Amino acid sequence: MGYSYPPSANMTRSAIADFPMPITTAFSTEIKRVSILDEHGSFDESLGKGLIPDPDLLRLYEAMVTCRILDEIAFRLQRSGRMGTYPQNMGQEATSLGASYVLNKDDWMVTCYRENCGLFWRGVPMESILLHWMGDERGNAMPREHFTTPIAVPIGTQMLHATGLAWAAKYRGEKRIAATFFGDGASSEGDFHEACNFAANLEIPVVFVCQNNFWAISSPATVNCSAPTVAQRAIAYGMPTIQVDGNDLFAVVKVMRDATAWVREHGKPHFIEMVTYRLGDHTTADDARRYRDQLEVDKWKGRDPITRIFNYMKSRSLWDDAKEAALRERCEKAANDAVARAEGIVDPQKNEFFDSMYHELPADLVLQRDTRQTHSLGQSESASLTASSSH
Amino acid sequence: MANLNLVQAINLALIQEMEKDERVLLLGEDIGLNGGVFRVTDGLQARFGKSRVVDTPLAESGIIGTAIGLAMAGLRPIPEIQFEGFLGPAYDQITTHAARMRTRTRGAFTIPLTIRIPVGGGIHAPELHSDSPEAIYAHTPGLKVVMPSSPYDAKGLLISAIRDPDPVMFFEPKRIYRSFREEVPEDEYTLPLGKARTVCSGNELTIVSWGASVVQCMQAIEKSGRDIELVDLRTIYPFDIDAIEESVKKTGRCVIVHEAPLTCGFGAEISARIMERCFLHLEAPVQRVTGFDTIMPYYKLELDYLPDAHRISRAIDDCLAY
Repeated sequence: MGYSYPPSANMTRSAIADFPMPITTAFSTEIKRVSILDEHGSFDESLGKGLIPDPDLLRLYEAMVTCRILDEIAFRLQRSGRMGTYPQNMGQEATSLGASYVLNKDDWMVTCYRENCGLFWRGVPMESILLHWMGDERGNAMPREHFTTPIAVPIGTQMLHATGLAWAAKYRGEKRIAATFFGDGASSEGDFHEACNFAANLEIPVVFVCQNNFWAISSPATVNCSAPTVAQRAIAYGMPTIQVDGNDLFAVVKVMRDATAWVREHGKPHFIEMVTYRLGDHTTADDARRYRDQLEVDKWKGRDPITRIFNYMKSRSLWDDAKEAALRERCEKAANDAVARAEGIVDPQKNEFFDSMYHELPADLVLQRDTRQTHSLGQSESASLTASSSH
Repeated sequence: MANLNLVQAINLALIQEMEKDERVLLLGEDIGLNGGVFRVTDGLQARFGKSRVVDTPLAESGIIGTAIGLAMAGLRPIPEIQFEGFLGPAYDQITTHAARMRTRTRGAFTIPLTIRIPVGGGIHAPELHSDSPEAIYAHTPGLKVVMPSSPYDAKGLLISAIRDPDPVMFFEPKRIYRSFREEVPEDEYTLPLGKARTVCSGNELTIVSWGASVVQCMQAIEKSGRDIELVDLRTIYPFDIDAIEESVKKTGRCVIVHEAPLTCGFGAEISARIMERCFLHLEAPVQRVTGFDTIMPYYKLELDYLPDAHRISRAIDDCLAY
């Protein structure tokens, strides 16, 4: 593995406490940080060699470029009034993608709203995500075979769902595990702590993936976590935890592979903090220039996960400008096709939002739907009109 | 007088109360340097410092729970919950502690707390950014619930809420945050909680509404050409049943309009009270034009959900024709 496992200290606890006199260490630990391919092109052969076969790397690179292009298009769609508020993924492609690459297709992937790249990798259509942000619930109608839950907008709530989904797998004796994604801000919410505690104490096979992108809207990570790492929060719940350079696809894959293997073997949770950076605004409704330094953004642009793979492939003569140009053209077409499909969908019927409310719509709701009125006189008149016209 | 929109009016009210009373402090997500996601607290951290305008961790239960502690210690905290859709985690603290503290301590502790919450739909917002949960809190004894419909009202009602000795849910309709301006006195003034405003007088029919829906009601009234009285509740709890009674006894007909769903919406309570107080004066059954009993749809269909002038007009016509 390259580092001993589990990567954080032994978590076993004895019911019988010895208290040698006078002062001893009750507990100590450390947080490992993993980096394989850095922004200067240094590559650690001991951990990285054979980790991602070249054909896979090319596909992963294409996935990141496509996601980035779609992100840029979505931004322009919002600015031109063709899309609602949209949260850009820019700069964070490697985190969810690397994790998704490692997960089995029938593991649960439970995300919030900045994991497009990983979702696309497992087959979620790009137009589904676009539709969601175009104000259309039909974008959430994920086929169950994707083992993906709809985008979670409140913060941290989905971590508990992932724990429940993995619990169900354990209950049924399935091999499936769950991985859930959230940000540094979520580590402030009660649901974060409750999910970690449930998963650890009930021994649920779930991987908690924190995308620490340094900014929860305008709050720097320090507003939400005063400790040096978010990873160490997991220590308090007694689960293995590790930090990784989230803009390093190789390191993400390495850490995710080790963590999922450990979770599958032990049936217990594991925490990963992926350190990345939100290069864009929180959403298109936000203006990050109000609260953060452009120098910081520029520094992180130099650590872009896509550029890193591009340079790596070039250095290994896997890639050249002609291939890049052809790939960009392909990716742009894929993204534009997705936009065309999303925009091409016929608008939902005016009453469409009634249809999925219940398995069986209560009579009162049927009346509201069919009359499009809530005032009783309007309902009785329209209802009798409907009744007479049907004769 | 200054010509202000609703955001600016609230900002001004906050400034004036903070200048006047050192016990007043603001806390919430992104309210400091960023000025809040709607910029309602813009410039306040620069003006009053980080100890009085506090960027909190991203945790709504934490925001309200600590605000309760601040209030119990005698301060006047004004927490902001970023959108009404994120009240969920705070619901526990609001209903199990803020609302009950006075009575369960028989007045030994009070919670002079004003929770500011952007509310409602109509702005093309994402999921969970467009709901209207005011009735849930009106149904929670111990809370006051306010929803202004104009910049002038917002300033006067907010100052009253801040000075009120009990917890107040102060809902700010996003749809009219910047949709119009009006003259707002630069001096401080208060509008009493629990008092409605007669927006326009009429003899044929009474409309009762609050928040952003008041604008749709005005459109419907203008369109109707009829002699209609519009009562803006301003405060949803305690509510001005006397003003409603007086109006409905005069007109004999009433339409209630709100964005929240029909069933157990606050219109249901008003309708029941009208039945109790004005039974023999009624010429027609009380009508309600509201959101449907569905989840607030994403924005492609939000205007098909929200009560609009067309639906209100139909209710006016049906009620008048009865």
